[in-house]
Amino acid sequence: MNIFGYAQQFFDAPGRWSGADGIPTRLLEHVQYSGLALLIAMVIALPVGLITGHTGRGGNALAVLATAARALPSFGLLVLLTILMGLGLTPVMVPLVALAVPPILVTTYEAMRSVDPSLVDAARGIGLPWWRILAQVELPVALPLILSGIRSGAIQIVSTATIAAYVSFGGLGRYIVDGLSQVDYAKVVGGAVLVASLALATLALFWGLGKLLVSPGVRRGR
Amino acid sequence: MSSGGFFEVPSDLQNSWWGLVGWQVELTLVPVLCGLVIALPIALLCRRFGWVYPPVLGVATVFYAIPSLAFFVFLIDYFGESSVTVGIPLTVYSLVVLVPAIVDGMRSVAEDTRAAAEAMGFGTLRRYVQVELPIAVPAVIAGLRVATVSSVSLVSVGMLIGNEGALGNLLSDALNYHRPLLAWDAVLSIAVIGVLLDALLVLARRLLTPWARKATAK
Amino acid sequence: MIVIDAVTKRYPDGTTAVDRLTLEIPDGSITVLVGPSGCGKTTTLRMINRMVEPTEGRVLLDGRDIREAPVNALRRSMGYVIQHAGLFPHRTVVDNIATVPRLNGADKRAARRRALELMERVGLDAAFAKRYPYQLSGGQQQRVGVARALAADPPVLLMDEPFSAVDPIVRKGLQDELLRIQADLGKTVVFVTHDIDEAIKLGDMVAVLREGGRLAQYAPPAQLLSAPADEFVEDFLGVDRGIRHLSFFGTDTLELTTEPIVTEDATAEQFGAAAVPETPYVLVTDAAGRPRGWADAAVRASGPLDGPDGELLPYGHAFTVGRDSLRAALDSAVLSPTGWAVAVDEEGRAVGVVAQESIAAAIRGAHRAGVLR
Repeated sequence: MNIFGYAQQFFDAPGRWSGADGIPTRLLEHVQYSGLALLIAMVIALPVGLITGHTGRGGNALAVLATAARALPSFGLLVLLTILMGLGLTPVMVPLVALAVPPILVTTYEAMRSVDPSLVDAARGIGLPWWRILAQVELPVALPLILSGIRSGAIQIVSTATIAAYVSFGGLGRYIVDGLSQVDYAKVVGGAVLVASLALATLALFWGLGKLLVSPGVRRGR
Repeated sequence: MSSGGFFEVPSDLQNSWWGLVGWQVELTLVPVLCGLVIALPIALLCRRFGWVYPPVLGVATVFYAIPSLAFFVFLIDYFGESSVTVGIPLTVYSLVVLVPAIVDGMRSVAEDTRAAAEAMGFGTLRRYVQVELPIAVPAVIAGLRVATVSSVSLVSVGMLIGNEGALGNLLSDALNYHRPLLAWDAVLSIAVIGVLLDALLVLARRLLTPWARKATAK
Repeated sequence: MIVIDAVTKRYPDGTTAVDRLTLEIPDGSITVLVGPSGCGKTTTLRMINRMVEPTEGRVLLDGRDIREAPVNALRRSMGYVIQHAGLFPHRTVVDNIATVPRLNGADKRAARRRALELMERVGLDAAFAKRYPYQLSGGQQQRVGVARALAADPPVLLMDEPFSAVDPIVRKGLQDELLRIQADLGKTVVFVTHDIDEAIKLGDMVAVLREGGRLAQYAPPAQLLSAPADEFVEDFLGVDRGIRHLSFFGTDTLELTTEPIVTEDATAEQFGAAAVPETPYVLVTDAAGRPRGWADAAVRASGPLDGPDGELLPYGHAFTVGRDSLRAALDSAVLSPTGWAVAVDEEGRAVGVVAQESIAAAIRGAHRAGVLR
């Protein structure tokens, strides 16, 4: 049987669409935890990225921080924190947030720095206060790049939340991890299809956000 | 099972700490290098035929979004629970990071330089390879750094499919036998390997682009 | 009036951008700051809206130190135009122009109405209103930049090399537009450029700055050309300052003659009768009186015209009496193969011709009158 056969078998299994181990429950868990982690990461990374990008200070420190954070193995961190703290939300959230902060932070900083300085000069000369320059000039122009940073963070969170099933965490990764230990390959493939679909849906969501939020003048102007 | 020192590896893994480190580095570098080798012709193609680039970027973005664990699973059917199954997704992720890095790096070559090369009689392909590519080296290495450091971390996920995770294999023992020291060992070793490989790439950039030293020193 | 009072700008690295500069900038006219790069002209301009704070000295606006007012209120009372326009790429043309009225609390509809008015004033078609900056040419973007600066009707307009990035033809159009707008609105304009021709064309007063931010000369352009203060100013004006100075003299006093002008359907006799002793050529016009070219009177008088002899010599370009300067008239005569310049009225009809010698006589006359030194 090929992977399509396995997937078919998985989705046709009885009770798949209801109950605590049903797809809707697992999907909701995955979306909730990913959403929470992304929200926390954005609350931390966006203000810092916007302010440092606006002032242009701290770029080197951010680059070092980003490399260090990228080198941090999130899966290892997940296991380590679970061993140290026991099962719970915190040991899962910390690696997920730590994973998403660097791309959002660094991209936001870079995006703000890449705004044409003459634009900021014109805005100052017109008499816009700094917070209006940030919110009404730099942010809208930098938005496509900032969104791409948040998108990277979101994709990585969705991906790593899958692995979190290994430490008895809910979400779609459960099917893969349980399937592997039960040698139920249909379950493994089904889980993988669901996870991949969720990742692609995340991609589509950000594509839609871009269409909605980014001014056509910026989108086409680049 | 004795709870030994930091570098003592449980006997069920049938490997030494150094063995695991070597395996980790191999599982990281082979896919990144494969990624680079495949990325170069694709990038040149995108540079030569501009219309190829947007669809390539689109496909790359989609591949990059697929979670590693799901990717591994799809490949088990073809390659079993093996290093190849772990290596292919890492190769694809590297490819996805490297192609835009190379293309954007080549495109960023100043128009003057490009015109000068053309005026000197460089053919298109020759100009790409002998002028634009060398100038794009810093951008390519920046891409290699991202690909390498991400791969080092992702290799450990391979543990989930038949203990193909090198140092990541320490994590299952850490959880099963509740030995935090093993988890510390895995996390710190992987992080240090990542930082060291990153440092090597920075060094490589300095050696390869002596002309850029002054600019990067700023 | 803007008074720049003994202002110095020194940077932490020790360079002096502006050195004890004092300038009085009169209301309702265009004052140009001109000089080579590194002369501190842009720094000086940016000290007027406090984009740069002086190290020493002060800037007064209508007798009050500009530091007394809140900085953003000060900037909103001054229009600001920069080299690449600095338009906001995420906003449409009309929203770009409406920025400052909106900041000042105007409601959206009033601000847009005002923006549309301004588009007309700067010569932009209303069809551009909903476009984004990337859809405009450089010259059009710069017009939007000027409109945006004028939107809140500020008494002062600061322009930092606004026309340097566009090609010469577009630049000339923008300069003419600025002069037209200024004739209507009478703003206090401070204009920075490195182009001495632009300074002379636009300025009511021109301040020439030298490296290190010191004032070399501050004078109306005609005086600058006739009496440069020193060798630096003379060099900066260039070798043809005598010719350029002629731009400040009208052509009303030129003695035009209508005698050697005939229409193209003239007979051989009429050609013969039109010829004057000073030149073998007569100017041929069409039925409406617009110049066509010069013809050899003797050839035309001697018989029917066909073959190459019948072709007309080009007249170069004509100058418009009353509007164009003596410089244009001289240029016209120099370019004409016959050595005679053609004068036309506003409708382009030939109103007379004048020889190089007569123009030279007019220039000598100006010298005798003491206006040209």
